[in-house]
Amino acid sequence: MIFASLFETAWNALTTHRMRSFLTMLGMMIGVAAVILMLAIGQGAQMMVRDSIKSMGSNLFIIMSGATTTGGARVAGGMAPTLTFDDADAIRELDDIVAAAPVSPGTVQLIYGGVNWNTSVFGTTPDYAVVRDWPMESGGFFSEADVRSGARVVVIGAVVARELFGDEDPIGKIIRIRQAPFEVIGVMAAKGQSLDGRDQDDTVIVPISSAQQKIFSSSLRNRARMIMAQAVTEKRMDAAESAINELLRSRHRIGVAQEDDFTVRNLTAIAETAASTTRIMSLLLGAIAAISLVVGGIGIMNIMLVSVTERTREIGIRMAIGARRRDVLWQFLIEALTLSLIGCAIGLALGIGGAWMVESLAGLPIEVTPASVLLAVGVSFLIGVFFGFYPARRAAGLDPIEALRSQ
Amino acid sequence: MTSTGKPLIEVVNLEKDYPTGAGVFQALRGVSLNITEGEFVAIMGASGSGKSTFMNLLGCLDRPTRGSYHLSGQDVSRLSSDELAALRNREIGFVFQGFNLLSKLTALDNVALPLMYAGMGREARRRQAQAMLDRVGLGERSHHTPLQLSGGQQQRVAIARALATRPRIIFADEPTGNLDSETSRQVMDFFSQLNREEGITLVLVTHEADIAAYARRRIRFQDGRVVEDVAIEEAAA
Repeated sequence: MIFASLFETAWNALTTHRMRSFLTMLGMMIGVAAVILMLAIGQGAQMMVRDSIKSMGSNLFIIMSGATTTGGARVAGGMAPTLTFDDADAIRELDDIVAAAPVSPGTVQLIYGGVNWNTSVFGTTPDYAVVRDWPMESGGFFSEADVRSGARVVVIGAVVARELFGDEDPIGKIIRIRQAPFEVIGVMAAKGQSLDGRDQDDTVIVPISSAQQKIFSSSLRNRARMIMAQAVTEKRMDAAESAINELLRSRHRIGVAQEDDFTVRNLTAIAETAASTTRIMSLLLGAIAAISLVVGGIGIMNIMLVSVTERTREIGIRMAIGARRRDVLWQFLIEALTLSLIGCAIGLALGIGGAWMVESLAGLPIEVTPASVLLAVGVSFLIGVFFGFYPARRAAGLDPIEALRSQ
Repeated sequence: MTSTGKPLIEVVNLEKDYPTGAGVFQALRGVSLNITEGEFVAIMGASGSGKSTFMNLLGCLDRPTRGSYHLSGQDVSRLSSDELAALRNREIGFVFQGFNLLSKLTALDNVALPLMYAGMGREARRRQAQAMLDRVGLGERSHHTPLQLSGGQQQRVAIARALATRPRIIFADEPTGNLDSETSRQVMDFFSQLNREEGITLVLVTHEADIAAYARRRIRFQDGRVVEDVAIEEAAA
């Protein structure tokens, strides 16, 4: 039996009932498109999570002032931060730590000429650029000496540079932060959005001493809301975390039964949790989409059963002139397969097109992987075989005399 | 009997039972006969006489309950359904009362269909199908679908299909039942010619005496038995 002829026969049968064939394929089309789109969105979300966590800095610890409760870190507003600059220095001395920077965050209004801009400010030390893996676009970061002297220098993020200076070169210009003049000595390279959706480039960074004297007008010298630290390698993260805990407990004289007055957050662990959450979410979406594929397959089986019943006489004629049972079986199986695979092809086009639309219209990152395309094609093929087999076997099992007699 | 040569069909004590609600219906009650290659046989009988059952058995569409049937020396009752299909394809051509053409296919594709099941390549079978259509005088209509052809033309396409694999025997079941008398005469003349000039064995089922008169042997069925088996002296035409 020549398979090319069978495909031709299948094609003729399907084009005879165009509307019916289209509606039958619609189930497969929607199913495949949904699977492709859902997996693409899931992949994109995973990528976005991974990228934004990576943009925070690698092997990063964030040590917060305040105790941990089940609800998270408890940092009461107005309460004195428990971490000191000396804590940061001590952490930096740990074996598995490369750099550690105390950080005092806040929000301020910047003024340059007639332009003003509300942004976040970080008071910190030069180690900050190291732990955040944050390169300079132009100029330089401030030095330890600037921190010691409380120099009025500022390094600005890409968004601030654009909003305040436009095309102008910001280096050497004076901006006012809470009325105090600061000289711009550097512009950070653009980093993009952080995990919580904030624009990391919409920020300015100043020496922590200057921030506390001139910006926050805080009486709490040498204390920081948090410390950011970087471990040498990802493998040493766990060891480094316990070392930090131990160190801070002894420095803060916290007894065995007492609660910590700080919280160590391991960003890599958080990243993994977030990535696995999005993976589960995308698997769930894919599974729901796969159900619609199965429904599409049932639609194919239904129509094939109708078709076998309608074409009983044709089957009888074919058998009388020499079609073997397996020829009839293949004829209907190939018809079902043709339906499912054409449906799959159109569904793929719709899914990839849809993914592209979501990406360009909604601005969500989308990732159509070859694996998801292969999966959709493979599953469609299996569905065609699985749901096509029963009707085909029924056709092949007909008695030629009975079939010839039917109308 | 004018037939010569070896028996193409050898039937011994053929019986066929059908289970019914009231018990077993004996459609055939022991039929024995031979048909030799090159014969032109008319099978007659009232409906329910068993002639259709007999035709289905001879045509390898069905298997007997008891008794033996040899076609070209092969014991048909021992063949699998795939082997029966191959036998129908190779040795047997069918012509039906209702033509039984596939209405979606052109005349050419209808005639080429048995050749597809014979495993012939696309081009070769189209060539051979065209040759068969030429032979039945429909070479010009090869791309028409059955609905675009008259009844007589449809039956000629069906005859071309029956001839496509060059079988040794053709079974025609009331081939003129749906045709007017003029067209019937043309179809029967063509059958006679096939039998006379090419030696194709013809088995014709009919209830019309004037159609049966084209044959050279008449077998009459009644209640599942052969009640008459005679040679016809002179063709009516």
